[in-house]
Amino acid sequence: MAAGSTYTPIATTTLGSSSTDVEFNTISSAYTDLVLVIDGKDTTSTYSPYIQFNGDTTTNYSITNLYSTGSAAASSRSSSTSTPYLGSLGTSRGNMIIQIQNYANTTTYKTALVRINAADFRTYASVVLWRKSPEAINRVNIKMEASGNFATGSTFTLYGIAAA
Amino acid sequence: MLNIIAGTLSVGVTPSTSSYESIATVTVGAGGSSTITFSSIPSTYTHLQIRGIARTATNVSLGLRFNSDTASNYSRHYLNGNGASAGAGGGASSTSAYAGTTATATSAFGANVIDVLDYKDTNKYKTIRALSGGDNNGSGFVQFMSGSWRNTNAVSNIDIFQVDGDTITQYSSFALYGIKGV
Repeated sequence: MAAGSTYTPIATTTLGSSSTDVEFNTISSAYTDLVLVIDGKDTTSTYSPYIQFNGDTTTNYSITNLYSTGSAAASSRSSSTSTPYLGSLGTSRGNMIIQIQNYANTTTYKTALVRINAADFRTYASVVLWRKSPEAINRVNIKMEASGNFATGSTFTLYGIAAA
Repeated sequence: MLNIIAGTLSVGVTPSTSSYESIATVTVGAGGSSTITFSSIPSTYTHLQIRGIARTATNVSLGLRFNSDTASNYSRHYLNGNGASAGAGGGASSTSAYAGTTATATSAFGANVIDVLDYKDTNKYKTIRALSGGDNNGSGFVQFMSGSWRNTNAVSNIDIFQVDGDTITQYSSFALYGIKGV
């Protein structure tokens, strides 16, 4: 078995002012998986970010959520949507880790796993399917739903993991 | 107390630039495969992580076995969401741990991140956890899974398979990584 060091930071964005859209583009296809780590909050309310690949604004996405409200567990789904809402980071601060598996292949639809820990609001786990005719992902946008904003100081770090 | 604190603070941490390493990858070819196997796993790491995508025709739960042990030495649990409600289940004397989820729609693949903790420690049973999900645009699951193997042997072999016997289809792929400690 060959071994090689990996889990490489690709890019980091720290917001100097509030924003509705954070983009990573021209993503190298040199890795197997991408991991996007977000630590931040919404400026005013519990608005939800959604993810977008390669600028695709059509209804090629679907998402299945599992979440805790603090008193109960629940699940929801949105199919054939252009806005797969991932869940809120809350307004006091939360974190989100997005695992984008086998993002560079051209043979399969792409799937991402999402975990959000918003201690003042909810805990989420989600799976997102992107059904565009298989293509490598070279651009990822994390966009906030209407009226929401990522707050100043929110951080977004993209890592690449390369399999042997 | 101050001495204890000072002693604790004096323990330096040496930064490592290579604590996460790729070990091996298995990609399923034409015709599919019943089992994904990682064998001869080196004992040079502290934890293992398996990352992968998988598709099957009908049934979605993936199981995991260590060192080819097919006896009822595993405990397993899951907490999941099916898009309408949350569910949970498990078993105390199972023949495999739960380890992941597939998708079944054409070209859709479930995603899985599986952690195997202290895999070479011969003083304890082995535990795993997984975050997994498969969405078929109208059906599917997102799941937390856990497993325990009641055996203290170091893990040197891992098998992943669909617990109902479905074939894991072409282009499914799993990669094994090692995470070092100090």
